[in-house]
Amino acid sequence: MGYPHPSHPKETVVLSQYFGDAGARSYEGWTRRGGYEGLRKALGMAPDAIVEEVKASGLRGRGGAGFPTGLKWSFMPKGDGKPHYLVCNADESEPGTFKDREIMRWTPHALIEGCAIGAFAIGAEVCYIYIRGEFTEPWNVMTAAVAEAYANGALGTNVFGSGKRIEVILHRGAGAYICGEETALMNSIEGRRGNPRIKPPFPAVAGLFALPTTINNVETLAAVPQIMVRGSAWYKGLCLGNPKSTGTKLISVCGHVQRPGNYEITMGTPMKELIYDMCGGMLPGRTLKAVIPGGSSVPIMTAEEAESCVTDYEGVVAAGSMLGSGGMIVMDDTTDMVYQIWRLAKFYAHESCAQCTQCREGTSWTTRILGRILEGQGTQEDLDLLLDLSHNMTGTTICVLSDSCATPIVSGIRKFRGEFEAYLSGARAPVLAGV
Amino acid sequence: MTDRVEQGTAREPAAAWEPVFQGETLARLKALFEKYPTKRACLLPALWMVQEARGWIPEQAIGEVAEVLELTPAYVKGVVTFYTMYHTHPVGRHFIQVCTTSPCGLCGAEDTLRAILRETGCGELGTTSPDGRFTVVEVECLGACGFPTPILVDDADFIESVTPANAAGILARYP
Ligand SMILES: Cc1cc2nc3c(=O)[nH]c(=O)nc-3n(C[C@H](O)[C@H](O)[C@H](O)COP(=O)(O)O)c2cc1C
Ligand code: SF4
Ligand code: FES
Repeated sequence: MGYPHPSHPKETVVLSQYFGDAGARSYEGWTRRGGYEGLRKALGMAPDAIVEEVKASGLRGRGGAGFPTGLKWSFMPKGDGKPHYLVCNADESEPGTFKDREIMRWTPHALIEGCAIGAFAIGAEVCYIYIRGEFTEPWNVMTAAVAEAYANGALGTNVFGSGKRIEVILHRGAGAYICGEETALMNSIEGRRGNPRIKPPFPAVAGLFALPTTINNVETLAAVPQIMVRGSAWYKGLCLGNPKSTGTKLISVCGHVQRPGNYEITMGTPMKELIYDMCGGMLPGRTLKAVIPGGSSVPIMTAEEAESCVTDYEGVVAAGSMLGSGGMIVMDDTTDMVYQIWRLAKFYAHESCAQCTQCREGTSWTTRILGRILEGQGTQEDLDLLLDLSHNMTGTTICVLSDSCATPIVSGIRKFRGEFEAYLSGARAPVLAGV
Repeated sequence: MTDRVEQGTAREPAAAWEPVFQGETLARLKALFEKYPTKRACLLPALWMVQEARGWIPEQAIGEVAEVLELTPAYVKGVVTFYTMYHTHPVGRHFIQVCTTSPCGLCGAEDTLRAILRETGCGELGTTSPDGRFTVVEVECLGACGFPTPILVDDADFIESVTPANAAGILARYP
């Protein structure tokens, strides 16, 4: 991790090697640390060969869905004569996730380099990096780094003398979680409301400005230069669990641990080691109650599920949840699960773009019902009603924000039903929902 | 995203409208036209320029933006109101967004928010303090959950690890 704590010996430090090292932010500092070798190497390769190398590495999208990156790149049409776009998703707004911010703050050139390689590989001359509006410091660091990259020939009309044109343009968001969804993000760049689009058409066919587009997360693209330099076999070898999950993953750990922060683990690391060894475990006298391992949109895990979980895409699914963005929210025995689930529902109700009825109504009604349970006004039927609403909110809408609101509700009622019952029976004193 | 601000102290005098897009600001906007295949794509950047210049997005500016980007004012307004960082009402001299989403909430964000509301004299969310100095709103996850509680001041200063104990000292930096 390197920031704010020194890296733990159990981490595998690849992307986070220079977190906390302000010297790595400048072009000169970055090249002195081996930077831009990956881009130089890629420029000497055929675009298809880069795609094959990334495919062979096993790299999967770090934005949430875990889709194989090389495969996604290979969907881009060839020889169609149209402009192509690469879009980098730096909207990072999934509660619990704060890794892309650190990549941009400390190693902006790693991202620029990854964007340039990705753009070259998919036949794009322009890459837009969409940075959420609230990320003022990453914006400033990235702005300075992009200017330096142009000044040094790493971007522009003749990148490192290769004759290739690669532009990187920063685009600032303006406050909307939904703009992290890839098609909403494209609408937002186009100067529209951030409403997700119905798919198909998929972005590789008609994405940004209706042209073939690939969209990737910050962490995904930042890993690419390393794969170029050290090779796909090295990356693939970083694997302790399932061979389908390779490389390192930044896990943002927050909530009730002694040392919250970003931890870079080899895929397949036991979650127990992450929570207890790297993060220092719970506060004195507290015990683990629950973990949401992949940002707030994935199922809640019980302590037992978390303690026996292998941290990779397959391992977390086997333990009843999903790795998602790797934003890990840790909750100890002082946590009121009903309150936390209400607060998550409130988040989704606030962030729904309101296009779909099931989402607009569902997020708002589940929040209200959870609120009345907390206030001691709930009835036994409310739990069934919540599950029923959640069912209607799942798999029925344009994007999965609606499903994401239902997920903690369903897993929460299933795994922590007693806490809901305590409010319903009056065994637990009502609390007021909200500040 | 922040909750929309419904009240505030007017900073914009009723006097004649001084256009935002002239001179250097217009040149900056025109330079952006090079970076996108459509003028419409310059809408979010143009609105940021307005907010930087005026602190919020007045009706007249919506008309101006529509004109330079060849859009209708109704379209521009539709976009402005979608994005919660754009203010459609004047706000206090310092605009403070406090994260209270679950991860920060687990670590005491609500206490921090209460302390900030008290210290600023705002009392309530979304209102401006009687001296016009502060407006405080809740914001959903700021993407810094490991440093509870982060706050964003004036769309510019991102401050981590704010607590009820250090809140007053931080606010003192904003006269
Ligand atoms: C509601 C919603 C919000 C999302 N937010 C983000 C985000 O903030 N950052 C991100 O990289 N991906 C986010 N995603 C996933 C993107 O749609 C997309 O899958 C991802 O950027 C693809 O990049 P990857 O393949 O490199 O992971 C979100 C998806 C949904 C449905
Ligand atoms: S599911 Fe919700 S956020 Fe997604 S498109 Fe529909 S209304 Fe918008
Ligand atoms: S929940 Fe507060 S920054 Fe993410």
